[in-house]
Amino acid sequence: MNDVASKVRTETTADRFNNATDSLLNRTMSKSSQSQQPNTAEFNKQSIHDIPKNMPKAKMEVRDLNFYYDDFQALKNINIDIAEKKVTAFIGPSGCGKSTLLRTFNRMYDLYPGMRAEGAINLDGKNILGKDVDVNLLRAQVGMVFQKPTPFPMSIYDNVAFGVKLYEKLSKSEVDERVEWALKKSALWPEVKDKLKASGLSLSGGQQQRLCIARSVATKPEVLLLDEPTSALDPISTGAIEDLIEDLKNDYTIAIVTHNMQQAARVSDYTVYMYLGDMIEMGETDQIFTKPTQTATEDYITGRYG
Amino acid sequence: MPANNVMNAPMSTKPSSAGRYNKSLYNKRRWTNKLGLGFAMSAMVFGLFWLSWILVTLFVEGFQGMVELPIFTADTPPPMSPGGLRNAIVGSVMLAFSGLFIGAPIGLMTGIYLSEFSKGSMLGKVTRFLNDILLSAPSIVIGLFIYALMVKGESFSGWAGALALALIVIPVVVRTTENMLNLVPNSLREAAYALGTPKWKMVTQVTVKAAKAGLTTGVLLAFARITGETAPLLFTALNNQYFSTDMGQPIANLPNTIYQFAMSPYDNWHTLAWAAALLITASVLVLNILARFIGNRGQVK
Repeated sequence: MNDVASKVRTETTADRFNNATDSLLNRTMSKSSQSQQPNTAEFNKQSIHDIPKNMPKAKMEVRDLNFYYDDFQALKNINIDIAEKKVTAFIGPSGCGKSTLLRTFNRMYDLYPGMRAEGAINLDGKNILGKDVDVNLLRAQVGMVFQKPTPFPMSIYDNVAFGVKLYEKLSKSEVDERVEWALKKSALWPEVKDKLKASGLSLSGGQQQRLCIARSVATKPEVLLLDEPTSALDPISTGAIEDLIEDLKNDYTIAIVTHNMQQAARVSDYTVYMYLGDMIEMGETDQIFTKPTQTATEDYITGRYG
Repeated sequence: MPANNVMNAPMSTKPSSAGRYNKSLYNKRRWTNKLGLGFAMSAMVFGLFWLSWILVTLFVEGFQGMVELPIFTADTPPPMSPGGLRNAIVGSVMLAFSGLFIGAPIGLMTGIYLSEFSKGSMLGKVTRFLNDILLSAPSIVIGLFIYALMVKGESFSGWAGALALALIVIPVVVRTTENMLNLVPNSLREAAYALGTPKWKMVTQVTVKAAKAGLTTGVLLAFARITGETAPLLFTALNNQYFSTDMGQPIANLPNTIYQFAMSPYDNWHTLAWAAALLITASVLVLNILARFIGNRGQVK
């Protein structure tokens, strides 16, 4: 597991992970000092110069992004590039701002008064934080899957077709095709193909989450944001979703927030480590999990705090 | 495994669970429980006693009229002659449905506005406050208001009665609609927005659908409420001895028929009043059961 970009797709995720013997994750957790807090003063604040060199073309460029909940600053001067058709993982302890960051990418914060973002997020060179941006179109372009499953109170078929019908004028058979394609992508098709007219709420929790992923994939967004998508899933469904992410990155740019570091190591090409609203380190996933440049990153990955 | 031994060791040194119990503390709690349960049961029996007494009396007295008199086929009679309640039933149904069809859409839309669109706005706060006042306004005041507005100087009319009933429906529906929509988890709204859904589409296709059972329940309960309202009809729809479906004229209705007949000295009018009371109670009961049934079915999903 030396070069992430050259991962062989036929290898299963589990194999690949087991081969990564030099990963920091395989070190024994140091229990004695687990609750010890990192010294924030020691962090080297990252600037635009710390974005890894020789990255592929950036789909999204985050520049000097500050985010506020009323007076509280949740994100401090973030500079990140999200590479096109790659998976970027965001890790960090609870409350570090990784979900907040993800929610600026499709301006979900717009829904709530008192939240505001400053700086720039360029999607294909266009700043999406601008006032003239059509937020609905932006969100059709930048899909999102949430932590908790949120099926709409309608049939499984209608759930998946809902987003498709919003922006595309398709014939009945084309919509049928798209629904089947999306359900197959999210590994739900075999379980629901005989009951597409059943309510989406009749599915189990894991199935509901895969339905939500199918719903987001069906609209074929250019960027897919995943906010801890597998935290409510069993290992088998999680494996299916991780394979799906692997598959989707051929066509889409993916950003994933996860508390599961093994997952970040398995699925992502780039990893961003955040702490208390600061971006501490960004780099290729291999590098972050084997020889991070910041001690804080290493401490977090080896479980010294978090 | 060594970890297991560490976990088990302190447990085995402690006394067994039965030995650690404080007997008197346990008994005290048991008695408190029995006492509380006793109070709750007697309160329930007290309440149910009066309710069943009312229902039994109503049924016994009302049933006699239902059997002996042509309730559904004849109109309200003059004193001391046989008759039924046909005009009053038809009038009541017309008034209640007109009131519902005027009031429910306004109430639903206001409730949707309050829950989905008014977020923190002054207009929303004022609307909610005024709605709360309207909700607790005595129904006779609403009747008087419509009297001053539509009847005074004109004539009593069915429309005035329907409007008075609508004014009772509106605050009830507004309140339940807002509450039910507030119960829809925000994550569902976010999920809809995340697909690029415009707000109006999100509201009509996702949140209202999710709260459908609750909204239906609210409307049905409001309907049940107005089927028995007397005061707002007293100075608006008034009453009518004869069969009429003209909403521009005074129109017969069950609550006012009860009011008028029960106060009279004539036996056959008394019987009719009992029958009318039974009819109203039965329909309110059916509506309530229906509302509860729909509400429960919504929750199971």
